[in-house]
Amino acid sequence: MQNALDPHAAIVTEASGGAATLLTTADGQPLARALARSSARARRRAFLLVAPLLLFVVVTFVIPIGQMLHRSMYNAGFADNMPQVSAWFQENPAGTPIDEAAWGALAADLQLAAGNRTIGIVGTRINYDVPGTRSLFTSTGRKARDGFPPPYRDSLIEADAKWDNPTLWRAMRSASSAYTANFYLSSLDRTRDDDGKITTVPERQQVYVMLFKRTLWLSLAITGMTFLLGFPIAHLLATLPMRKSNLLMILVLLPFWTSLLVRTTAWMVLLQQQGVLNDIFVWLGVVGPDGRLQMIYNRTGTIIAMTHILLPFMILPLYSVMRTINPSYVRAARSLGATSWTAFRRVYFPQTLPGLGAGALLVFILAVGYYITPALVGGSTGQLISNMIAMHMTETLNWSMAAALAALLLGGVLVLYWVYDRLVGIDNLKLG
Amino acid sequence: MTRRLIAGTALALMAAGPVLAQEGISITTYGGAFGEALNESLAKPFAAETGIPAMMVDNSDPPAKLKAEVEAGNVTGNIFDVEQSDVIRLCDEGLIETIDPAILAAGADGSTPEDDYLPQALHECATAIMVWATVIAYDVGAFDTAPTKAVDFFDLENFPGKRGIIKRPKYALEFALLGDGVAPDEVYDVLSTPEGVDRAFAKLDEIKDQVVWWEAGAQAPQLLADGEVAMTLAYNGRIFDAMVGEGKDFGFVWDGANLDMDYWVIPKGAPNMEAAQKFIAFASDPQRQADLSKYIAYGPPRKSAAPSVGTYKDGTTEMAPYLPTTPENAAGALVNDAGFWADHGTELTERFNAWLAG
Repeated sequence: MQNALDPHAAIVTEASGGAATLLTTADGQPLARALARSSARARRRAFLLVAPLLLFVVVTFVIPIGQMLHRSMYNAGFADNMPQVSAWFQENPAGTPIDEAAWGALAADLQLAAGNRTIGIVGTRINYDVPGTRSLFTSTGRKARDGFPPPYRDSLIEADAKWDNPTLWRAMRSASSAYTANFYLSSLDRTRDDDGKITTVPERQQVYVMLFKRTLWLSLAITGMTFLLGFPIAHLLATLPMRKSNLLMILVLLPFWTSLLVRTTAWMVLLQQQGVLNDIFVWLGVVGPDGRLQMIYNRTGTIIAMTHILLPFMILPLYSVMRTINPSYVRAARSLGATSWTAFRRVYFPQTLPGLGAGALLVFILAVGYYITPALVGGSTGQLISNMIAMHMTETLNWSMAAALAALLLGGVLVLYWVYDRLVGIDNLKLG
Repeated sequence: MTRRLIAGTALALMAAGPVLAQEGISITTYGGAFGEALNESLAKPFAAETGIPAMMVDNSDPPAKLKAEVEAGNVTGNIFDVEQSDVIRLCDEGLIETIDPAILAAGADGSTPEDDYLPQALHECATAIMVWATVIAYDVGAFDTAPTKAVDFFDLENFPGKRGIIKRPKYALEFALLGDGVAPDEVYDVLSTPEGVDRAFAKLDEIKDQVVWWEAGAQAPQLLADGEVAMTLAYNGRIFDAMVGEGKDFGFVWDGANLDMDYWVIPKGAPNMEAAQKFIAFASDPQRQADLSKYIAYGPPRKSAAPSVGTYKDGTTEMAPYLPTTPENAAGALVNDAGFWADHGTELTERFNAWLAG
């Protein structure tokens, strides 16, 4: 059967010549090893190519977020600078009466912290839990430079009577370990009562849970609005002749390329009570001169401005998906007797879902973290949780609190992402 | 990590930047119009008079730069411009030198610095540069009779129209108490008690549905100019620019103004300490403090400097009516207490936001 002149046959014979002989390359190396080596080299090269990106992501994303999460439950401001009284708290369980040894440790630590000029850090830490105590630490610290004479309890209370306060001592005990869940408790409007049990804060201090709910609700509303407004536009973009759709695309993208602040300010000009829109309403007689509508500096303003700003993030993924949908499917449905509504509902719309999912996810996640627009147009009822995070970062300088709020927000978004993955499937996402 | 990064950047910048002459000093400020005004009114005359070169450095966050330099043990700046809350923090953390009031110039009337500087203008670690104010501004066309008192702000019957208030408890709560008839020197005592805080919120409740809340300093003159509000709390410098620069017909009500100051500080371990102290002494001269008002609508922190204030750089505008420190303007004013806000800021901000949303 074999033809001696058939070159393929020769190879086959050689290859199957002996199971024990290895395949080798031209220079005599085993083929498997050479292959492994060259593919390893290719992998290394590929890795080197992505290494800058990887490094960038680690340095600018993973490390800061890790640091933030760490900071949300770690604050060593008290433990590091008040070693002796922290040690006393370690040795004596909660409920131990405050004895002279504890007062002595406190007096020594205050003198140490005043000498090192770290007393402000200590006071700031305790002030998070017991408002109004920062100045207690710094003013006692000024008196403590030369030390307090024993008995320490009496001399400290003589320096300031506020030291004799069980709530303060409980806060110091809690701060004596650097790891704490207190910032998370505060982020959920919870605190610990005098027995250490978790309770809600007084009603007039409750703000975070309400703001989390509002952020969630407003973000969903904005996502819904961008869908309602963006879907027809995306459809139009995908179906119009190229020249017209290019023009429309520029209209969509032009605001997208404009500064966020300019767009927000433009909405102020349009929507305010003495603004363009209200002037037109009054001129048309829709509202009286005294009945001008309040459309900005409230929740309405936040929804309108943010919907406009986030609209392209919905339109672009929808558009990219709609452009790939073959129009013959809908035509086929119509020819088989479907009404135009049925054809849309059962044939066209399901095919746009990957784009819709991507757009909704983008808009929602961006809306949850939005900060500058609600700050400018939100008034009192359009504020979001991000405004509180910014406030703690820049004004109260309670970074641990800002980190805890941000971590809760991050956790919430991840949960929603997981739910989305279960319902729609992340593989069904098409970002463009 | 971040700190090390900042320090590293500072080091790199230092190596790259021009090396400062050994005997010169550098003055780090927030820059902008204020930095320029300080350069014209203080740094240039100082260099001319003493022969010590003074270089202005702009920075978006001078206290952060100061902190990074001191903690890295490599201080390059000699003088920094910081706000009152930063003075308290930096001094408590031992990052700035103490300043002996004995080096400061005597008042124009011969008084000691301790008597002559406004309350809180002299700190263990700092001396005030200038005074600015959060003050009532109103649209002159909106009212038949002009408002004159802080209580008028809360009087919607006689002074109808929307009100603008800054969206943070600092300034808003003090102002509410002043509008409720509390004397300026008692405001912080009242605000330290729970009843006082309730009283401030109750006062704000009276006008809550007529308030437009603003956040950025530029919004206040804009709201007035657009007719969105008839009366608003505003930073005096912004309103001055709108009045003198853009010719808007606005007016001030100085009663109930909240005075705030910027301060000179020297970083711990700064080089050329002698020249830095010389500069601080030079800058404490009442006439030079008054000269600053030629370039910007901030007032001098010394009482005896107020009469020396002249005209704006346009040569025609008398500055005295626009400054928070002019005696008739300062009569009903209170000086902001950063120490109070360091103690109660978080608590009151939470309550303020809960109240706003409720």
